[in-house]
Amino acid sequence: MSPLINISIPSAFTGVALMYEVIVIGVSAGGLHALAQIIPELKKGYPLAVVIVQHRLNDHNDFLAQYLNNLSELEVKEPQAFESILPSHIYVAPAGYHLLIERNKKFSLSVDPPISYSIPSIDVLFQSAAICYQTKLIGLILTGANSDGADGIKTIKEYGGLVIVQEPSTAEVDFMPKAAINSTDVDHIIPLKQIGVFLKQLEFNRVKHE
Amino acid sequence: MLNKIETLEFEVNMLLEAILFRYGYDFRHYARASLERRVLNRVQLSGLNSISDMIPRIMHEPNFFNLFLKDMSITVTEMFRDPFVFKQIRDSVFTQLKTYSRVNIWHAGCATGEEVYSMAIMLKEEGLLKRTQIYATDFNNHSLEIAAKGIYPAGKMKQFTENYINSGGRESFADYYQAKYECAKLTESLKEHITFANHNLIKDQVFAQMHLVMCRNVLIYFDQNLQNRVLDLFKQSLIHRGFLILGDKESLDFSAVNESFDKYQYPERIYRRSAYV
Repeated sequence: MSPLINISIPSAFTGVALMYEVIVIGVSAGGLHALAQIIPELKKGYPLAVVIVQHRLNDHNDFLAQYLNNLSELEVKEPQAFESILPSHIYVAPAGYHLLIERNKKFSLSVDPPISYSIPSIDVLFQSAAICYQTKLIGLILTGANSDGADGIKTIKEYGGLVIVQEPSTAEVDFMPKAAINSTDVDHIIPLKQIGVFLKQLEFNRVKHE
Repeated sequence: MLNKIETLEFEVNMLLEAILFRYGYDFRHYARASLERRVLNRVQLSGLNSISDMIPRIMHEPNFFNLFLKDMSITVTEMFRDPFVFKQIRDSVFTQLKTYSRVNIWHAGCATGEEVYSMAIMLKEEGLLKRTQIYATDFNNHSLEIAAKGIYPAGKMKQFTENYINSGGRESFADYYQAKYECAKLTESLKEHITFANHNLIKDQVFAQMHLVMCRNVLIYFDQNLQNRVLDLFKQSLIHRGFLILGDKESLDFSAVNESFDKYQYPERIYRRSAYV
């Protein structure tokens, strides 16, 4: 097994580790509203890292990261190439680049062609994250108008991760969550309002050291 | 027994060794996540069952290897991509370049050449082209052929024009190309000061003293060892106070040459060789 990340664990948890290390979130049309419901729920010291791909125009500003940073108790940023992934941080894929995770738990970027017309692409992040984190990964698909992410969430499931989809009736655009549900036997389908709470309680999910 | 991920890694390693052995191209120090994606994509496109199935084809079919080389080179690029970067080059870097009687510029990893022609257009408009030699290099001959032709899909001209204007272009962009059917051919005169040549950043050396090296979104595909190798090459190639321009999500922060460069215009990732001590 890969070495566990160094996080501050309350004494009651000594000898146990987080069941999950990273949450990857894929979201497209309607994402700003959905993320604004979820992100503020994750409080200071939240022990997982969160990585978000939000489809948007290649406008080369970091508006999205700044917007979420204002809503969040955690630090929100666009990662640079080869930056290490740290717990209690939220990372947003920069516009115009695919964001990937290398096996050494560092980010990498690419300007490969768009996938499902999208760069950054959800599939690209999810599939590289699945290989790196395997059972310690959670994939979440939110509102959106294309099928990007459907392959990625399938890969996460194949490698033993937990996969969650926003309840389509609570999505501003239900195409993306439906595509994910059709591609994969998902673990949970959750209404938007309850996703934040669900992610919050994950920090109490721990496993004994293997 | 090997699990799925170890198998993937092992198969990719074997493939890369086979390529190195057979053709002398060394992809072992590419960032793995993107490379694996491209390899798996090729497996699917060519209807193969596994990465291992690529190996005999690589060994015996040079055309299949060329396909792979092409896979490794396809990236998203535009003329004046990131207009704010080109605007800054025009506004502040050119002011410095104008103090030299001869200027050498190296586009390292120029791919299909869009940024090379963008640079040539700006140099022309600022009265610098005549005294400038542009070296545009790539390891992929297929990309270089496209670059040397200077012919791009006509459908892209709208985006290129918009980028050109946003980068501070003051002329009519339509004067720089002729559209015919689906293609737009850039004006021949732009090529007079450009030399296209094969150069492999992974194994080739410095070939001239440069005033400016432009290498955007190439290093993101390399691991940190290879990045350091290439950055050292740029460092050696640059004159005292020469400029280095990287992609806007790349940086020298984690590199071995960080001390040798100043941040000249940081949001645009324009670096300058530090004064020699």
